[in-house]
Amino acid sequence: MMGRTPNGQPGFLGFVHRRRRGAELFLLILALAVGIGGYAAVGIGVDGAVPTNIVGYGGWLVILIVACHVAVRIAAPYADPVLLPVVAALNGLGLAVIRRLDLAQIDKAAGTGKPPHVFANDQLVWMTIGVALFIGTLVVLRDHRVLQRYTYTSGLAAIVLLLLPMFPVIGREVNGSRIWVHLGPMSIQPGEVAKVLLVVAVAGYLVVHRDALALAGRRFLFIDLPRGRDLGPILTMWLIGMGILVFQRDLGTSLLCFGLFLTMLYVATERPGWLVVGGLLFVGGATVAYFVESHVHSRVVTWLDPFGAWETGSQQVGNSLFGMSWGGLLGRGLGGGQPWRTSYAESDFIMSAIGEELGLTGVMAVLLMYGLIVERGLRAALVCRDGFGKLVATGLAVVFALQVFVVVGGVTDLIPLTGLTTPFLSYGGSSLVANWVIIALVLRISDQARRPIPDLSFDEPAEVETTQIVKAVRP
Amino acid sequence: MSELTLFLIRIAYLAVLWIFVLSAISVIRTDMFGARLSSGQTAPKAAKSKKPAAAKPAPKRRGAPTHVVVVEGGNAGERADLEHAPILIGRGPDAAIRLDDDYVSTRHARIAASGDQWFVEDLGSTNGTYVGASRINQPTAISLGTKVRIGKTILELRK
Repeated sequence: MMGRTPNGQPGFLGFVHRRRRGAELFLLILALAVGIGGYAAVGIGVDGAVPTNIVGYGGWLVILIVACHVAVRIAAPYADPVLLPVVAALNGLGLAVIRRLDLAQIDKAAGTGKPPHVFANDQLVWMTIGVALFIGTLVVLRDHRVLQRYTYTSGLAAIVLLLLPMFPVIGREVNGSRIWVHLGPMSIQPGEVAKVLLVVAVAGYLVVHRDALALAGRRFLFIDLPRGRDLGPILTMWLIGMGILVFQRDLGTSLLCFGLFLTMLYVATERPGWLVVGGLLFVGGATVAYFVESHVHSRVVTWLDPFGAWETGSQQVGNSLFGMSWGGLLGRGLGGGQPWRTSYAESDFIMSAIGEELGLTGVMAVLLMYGLIVERGLRAALVCRDGFGKLVATGLAVVFALQVFVVVGGVTDLIPLTGLTTPFLSYGGSSLVANWVIIALVLRISDQARRPIPDLSFDEPAEVETTQIVKAVRP
Repeated sequence: MSELTLFLIRIAYLAVLWIFVLSAISVIRTDMFGARLSSGQTAPKAAKSKKPAAAKPAPKRRGAPTHVVVVEGGNAGERADLEHAPILIGRGPDAAIRLDDDYVSTRHARIAASGDQWFVEDLGSTNGTYVGASRINQPTAISLGTKVRIGKTILELRK
């Protein structure tokens, strides 16, 4: 009977979690094989020899990953064992593919005398910063519930960050979208950081207000419609989303913010009515944008007829489709294709480069890895005992899922193309750093959720049910 | 580099990729149900020996606390027997110690045992639970006479 609670219930769902740090180490070694192996395969495929700096490069990757692992062992010993290895593998694979595109650029620039655009070294620096912030987040933030105190602060910060690119001087328009902020030599995409803050803000707001949102309202045609006065926050979010769409011409971030808010609202209130109302709002806004904004209009035209657009000048999506079909089932091998023909292959279109050189087999593996990240995030939300942690973990997993869907859907012509980065794979500092912080937050929540000491809280099933909706009583 | 070597490298790299994905899935599979507590050897020690005091309060040591008492605040004097651990403290009707204190959440904190040691755990309350002067954010060990502050109320373990 040892280890059982008084009424014979052995904890939540009848088990305790193991730490699984050994399993994590084993997976990390495999992940390093993916990263370093990819780098070697790129060298062999392009130059015919293993790159000479493989020891230095591989050593640096090993140091970064071991640092992460040690930090998790010390600061979050019960955290999920799969998340970190999957992220390490994706980041390593991304670096290898970016390096492969760099080599092509160097090759092309060799004849012209112009300096080539290379990204792999920058990306490695950004990865280092991301890993540092990952470790910092795990060490400093010992309890995710602390974040709930900063609900409105982070909400305000998210809105300010989202609006930042629209200010003159620091904001800059790149490729038709005004989503960049330039500070001296650095340029960052504040939207990537804003999405993390937004998750915290929305979770903090909903955990307090969800009862009002869930219980009030009337029924209309089998759908529970929310009350008019509760529409305030959803309309605010809709306005922010549409503002981003219209003034910054950034379809991706707009969809991400609004979709994130809607999903969290739905998860918190269990009311599909919100999805109906929000979906209609988004469709309405997007339709207006289609007719008013030429930028949005051209994206839709390219989506409906990529090869027609290819003939008339917008070749990106067409090239991506050509590349992936040339890759086929097994791909051309790293260094065997021509992925540089698609512009922005190192950032937005990295999935088409992977599709061309690693084929459907490689793309499927990558998509499965993203699926695993989302699944582990939702799993952490499921096991987590406090409402705020549940909502944050759900929100972060949803952000991830939405972003992957939007960018891969755009590259494969399933939905209109939007400018978003592929998490961990694409070149892009802001995105990489923000995503490492997201993973740190999910690990922190899963560590809290899987830690067995608070077996204290597993006293009786009814208790477990109700402690999830701890009602905060404001003084 | 011959065509065959390149082909083999290509296949080998895809194999590494998939070995990684499948290993990750198999780790998730073994993790799915965690460690059964009855299987014993895999469960962490902390979990194995949790709450023997609550499960069978027979081997009572001398000097072990027997109840928790409200020593300060509106409900001063109210007490709960530790035999019924874990003890829920809050404003809610299901709390073992109900406090009429505006600064206390419905389900505010919980006192429970792990081994011989008693712990207090905050349940995500608004105003927090304090042991001594510091706000706790994880189950914290308390002993006889340790002052646990919840809102305007102070509780402690007594013999």
